[in-house]
Amino acid sequence: MTQLRAGSTVGPQHPQIHIVVGPRRHGVGAAPSRRLEKAMSSLTTRARPTGLATATPQRASRSSARHVDKTYPHWFYIPGGLIYRVLFLVPTVFSFYFAFTRWTLFKATFIGFDNFVLFFQEPGLIGSLKNTIIYGFTTSAAKVVLGMLLAVVLSAPIIARGYLRSVTFFPVLVSAVGVGITFQVLLDPFHGVVNAAIKAVTHVDGPGWLTDPHIALLSVAAIDVWKGIGLATLIYIAGIAAIPNEYFEAARVDGATPWQIFRAIILPLSFPATSTVITLSLIGGLRSFDLIWTTTQGGPGFSSDVIASVIYKQYQAGFYGLSTAGNVILFIVVTAIIYPLSRWLNSRETVL
Amino acid sequence: MNAMRTRSRWLIGIIGILFTTVFFIVPFAFVFTMAGKDQNEASKLEFSWPTHFQLWENIVQVFQSRDYMLIIAFINSSILTVASVTLLVVFGSMIAFVLDRRKSKLNPLVNTLVLAGLIIPPAVVPTIWVMQSLHLFKTLPGLIFIEVAFGLAFTVITMRAFIATIPREIDEAAIVDGAGPLRLFFQVIFPLLRSVIVTIVVVQSIFVFNDFQNPLYFLPGSSNATVQLTLFNYISQSQTSFNLLFANILVITIPMLVMYIIFNRQIVAGMTSGAVKG
Repeated sequence: MTQLRAGSTVGPQHPQIHIVVGPRRHGVGAAPSRRLEKAMSSLTTRARPTGLATATPQRASRSSARHVDKTYPHWFYIPGGLIYRVLFLVPTVFSFYFAFTRWTLFKATFIGFDNFVLFFQEPGLIGSLKNTIIYGFTTSAAKVVLGMLLAVVLSAPIIARGYLRSVTFFPVLVSAVGVGITFQVLLDPFHGVVNAAIKAVTHVDGPGWLTDPHIALLSVAAIDVWKGIGLATLIYIAGIAAIPNEYFEAARVDGATPWQIFRAIILPLSFPATSTVITLSLIGGLRSFDLIWTTTQGGPGFSSDVIASVIYKQYQAGFYGLSTAGNVILFIVVTAIIYPLSRWLNSRETVL
Repeated sequence: MNAMRTRSRWLIGIIGILFTTVFFIVPFAFVFTMAGKDQNEASKLEFSWPTHFQLWENIVQVFQSRDYMLIIAFINSSILTVASVTLLVVFGSMIAFVLDRRKSKLNPLVNTLVLAGLIIPPAVVPTIWVMQSLHLFKTLPGLIFIEVAFGLAFTVITMRAFIATIPREIDEAAIVDGAGPLRLFFQVIFPLLRSVIVTIVVVQSIFVFNDFQNPLYFLPGSSNATVQLTLFNYISQSQTSFNLLFANILVITIPMLVMYIIFNRQIVAGMTSGAVKG
C-alpha cells in the first residue's frame, strides 16, 4: 500500500514527506525512467533528489500569486486543520506543562520534575521503558523479515496465490480485543490448544506463554506480529510489483538464480517498502497499547508493561500529572528513535 | 526446465497452504467452533467440532444480553466509522490538494505538522481536559473528531502522493472553463482520486471500527459504548461462557470481513495499478 517515508531531505527548514511505491531513481541508468514515472501512479510521489525538491512542481504553472490563491485557497486547510489543532496540537503542547504538575483536571500544582523522578525511580515504571523498546524493535524486525519473505513467495507464480494473499491479510481485519481474547484462550497454559499440541508432539509441557513473566512480553510481541504481518506483506507486495520488469528479464537472460534475483534485484529495489514497513511498524510498536491491554494488562506483575499501559494505569488511578509525564516520555522516546532513523533511511535511499 | 517450474509452482503453493492453515486458518476455525458450542463444551477450550452446533442461538443470546447493548454499540460504531472516515477523506484530500499544488511559505509548517501527527503519541489527559472544556468528552461527536484528528496525518500523506501524479493540465483546463476552487476540487479532482479513496476508506475503517484505545479513553462507560468496548467489558461478565464471548468476537469481525471481500480486488488493484499501467 503506502510506502511511507517521513523525513527531511531538503534540510531542516523544509521537511518533506514522500510516499513512494516502487523504486526511486536509483541512478541505475536511464532506461526505465519514463516507465517509472508512469509506474508511480497509485500511491506514489516521485523521488525528488535534493536540489529538485521545490523546482519540479513549480515548472507547470507560472501564474500570478492571486491566481494561485484563487485556485488553491489556503482555507482548504481550515476544516481539517481546526480539528487537528484543537484535539491534537493544543493537548500536545499543554502536556509539556501538565507533566510538571500534580493535576486533578480542575487544579494543577507545579511540582517541577517530581513526576519524572518518580517515573525513573519506580522499578515498575522504568521497566516499562525497557519493555517499550524491546517490543517496538522485535515486532518491527520480525515484520520486516517475515513480511519480505511472504511477499516474495506471494509474488511468485504459485498456485492458490490469491487465496494465500487473502488469508495472510485476515488477521489485520480482527480487532486487538478479539485477537487478545482468542490468544489468551489458545495460549492457556493448562487447557490451551497450543500447549496441547506441544504436549502431543514433544511430550513436554509448554510454557505459560502469557503467565510466565520472562516470556509474557515476547508472547504478546509474537501475537502482534501475527496480527500485523498481513499489512507488512501487502506493502512489500506493492513494492515488488512496482519493480520494472526489465530488471527481471535482464536477469533471466543472464541466467541468474532465484537467490541472485532476490539478492541483486528484489532486496535493493524494494528498499522503499522496507523503509516504510520499518517506520510504520516501529511507530506502531512503540506506541502499542491495545494488544498488551487485552492480553496481559501489563502483567504478570509489571513484566509486560509498556509506557502506553503505564499511562493508562496512572490515568485510571487518577494521577493525571504522572500519566501526562508518561506521555511526554513516550513522545521523547518515539521521536528520538523515529526521527534519526527516518533520516538515515532517507539517506540510504538516495544513495541507492 | 518447464516441468521443474510447474513442480515448484505446486510445491511452494502447497507448502504455503499448509503453513497458512496452521497459522491463520486454525485460529479462525477455533473462533468459529467455539462460537458454535454450548457453554460446557466451550469451557474445555478444545479445538473440536461442537457436538451440538448452536451458533445461531449463541449469536441471538449475545445480542439479547444486557438489554440489547450490542445493537446500540453496533449503531454507535457504524456512525463513528462512517462519519470519521468521511470527514477524513474530505478534509484530508482538501489539505493534500492545496499542499501539493501550491508552493507557499506555509508548506514547511504544514509538512512538519503532518509529520508530527504521524509520529507523536497523543497526550491523553490533556486531550480529555480540552474535550471537557468543549463539552465533547464522553460524546460520540467528540470521539468522531478525535479519530479525524489522529488519522489526518496518514490520510494527507497518502492522498498527497496520489494527487501529485494528477497532471496540472487538468486543473488549468477546468480553470479556463471558469471553475472556481470548490468546483475544481470537488467536481474535477475528487472523482479522479477514486482508487486512493478506496485505500483510505478500507484502512481507516479497519482502524476506527477496531479501535480500542480511543473509545476507552474518550467514550468510557458501558451505556453508550462501541462494539470493541462492549466486547472488552463482556470478558469480565462472561468469564465462564466462552461460547458467547467467541460468538461476540465473530459477530463484530464480520463487518470488516465483508468490507475486505467487497474491496479486495480494488485494494490490490489500486495498490499495484502503478506497475500494471506502466
